[in-house]
Amino acid sequence: MKRGMIDFWVGLFAVAGIAALLFLSLRVSSQTTLPASDSYELTANFDNVGGLKVRAPVKSAGVLVGRVSSITLDTERYVARVKLSMDSRYHFSKDASAEILTSGLLGEQYIGVTSGADDKMLQAGNNFTITSSAIVLEQLISRVLFNKAETAAEK
Amino acid sequence: MLDYLFNAISRFGQPFSNAIIKLGFACRFMLAILRHSPTSLLRFQLTMREIWFAGVLSVLIIAISGLFVGMVLALQGFDTLQRFGATESLGVLVALSLVRELGPVVGALLFASRAGSAITAEIGLMKATEQLAAMEMMAVNPIARVVAPRFWGGVISMPLLAAMFSAMGIFGGYLIGVKLLGLDEGAFWSQMQSAVDFRQDVINGVIKSVVFGIAISLIAVFEGYDAPPTAEGVSGATTRTVVTSSLVILALDFVLTAFMFRGI
Repeated sequence: MKRGMIDFWVGLFAVAGIAALLFLSLRVSSQTTLPASDSYELTANFDNVGGLKVRAPVKSAGVLVGRVSSITLDTERYVARVKLSMDSRYHFSKDASAEILTSGLLGEQYIGVTSGADDKMLQAGNNFTITSSAIVLEQLISRVLFNKAETAAEK
Repeated sequence: MLDYLFNAISRFGQPFSNAIIKLGFACRFMLAILRHSPTSLLRFQLTMREIWFAGVLSVLIIAISGLFVGMVLALQGFDTLQRFGATESLGVLVALSLVRELGPVVGALLFASRAGSAITAEIGLMKATEQLAAMEMMAVNPIARVVAPRFWGGVISMPLLAAMFSAMGIFGGYLIGVKLLGLDEGAFWSQMQSAVDFRQDVINGVIKSVVFGIAISLIAVFEGYDAPPTAEGVSGATTRTVVTSSLVILALDFVLTAFMFRGI
């Protein structure tokens, strides 16, 4: 094959490959990981994080405002210490609450932040004072069953 | 009696010692390729011809296979997801399977069969017809002139082919899921976008395909260069390229997946 034709086909091949990569990056995936420079860190303590994972979304009013950056056990109080990498465009009041929610019945777990009424804002490194833990299905079912058993026994 | 025993032990250990010697030669060969790469890459036309040979000629098989793999994934995924009432997640299933695993791995297996075997056969035949020896006689280094351009042609082509495989597979999944089975188009794409992470999934898939490209190209040029200069030797080397490449791809995939996606 002539050199010009080889160059033409290789050029076309490169364009097709780059187009496929662009398709994967723009249409198929999203830049969901927050850039480190545009974020600040907050902490929230939970009695139970359930199935929450690192990189899980932090949402406020359904809008993505951050991501979970680490989950560790506080060995003094034996609670889960969750660090959140928050988008620096969004700030929340001091009395904002953080709760672990589940998207849909079988969906992934995420942290929902509800802002309070305080004028002062949470700064980098601050803690959420009001938190609500994940609902563990087994505990919920056992509580319902115990309640049923108790009411049956009272009758 | 003692001689017989020593002979038996040495016969038993021969394949292992041969394998170690071959591995050592492969490492020396890789270093020689790297040393001669700048000179061969500067002669750009050589590498362009190899990208055409390894990459462009493999596009058809990669694109058609990708399309069918995506279509089958969508059909099978829909059947399973329907039981849980989660058919909207079909896009996520197809995209994650393709971008993380099937695109790089199946793409690499096809690339090894189509391009890797051809590279081995070409170099092996050049050796059998004493073209490589003739080059050396003319003070042309065969590693710089023949081996290094083929190696880099394969390394450059592989990630582009894997991306095409994944893109065609997702298109196939879209055709089956949205056009044939009637899923909502918006849900298909939006769920896919929210679940597939660019850095975690797409970039890791590209890294995998680059590693596979290096492995396949090295095995292909090495087996060709190391082939006995006979018809039987070249055919054996071609077979070894496909078998070794396939096993190395699957083993490397396990190691890379363990590194990249552990804890997700």
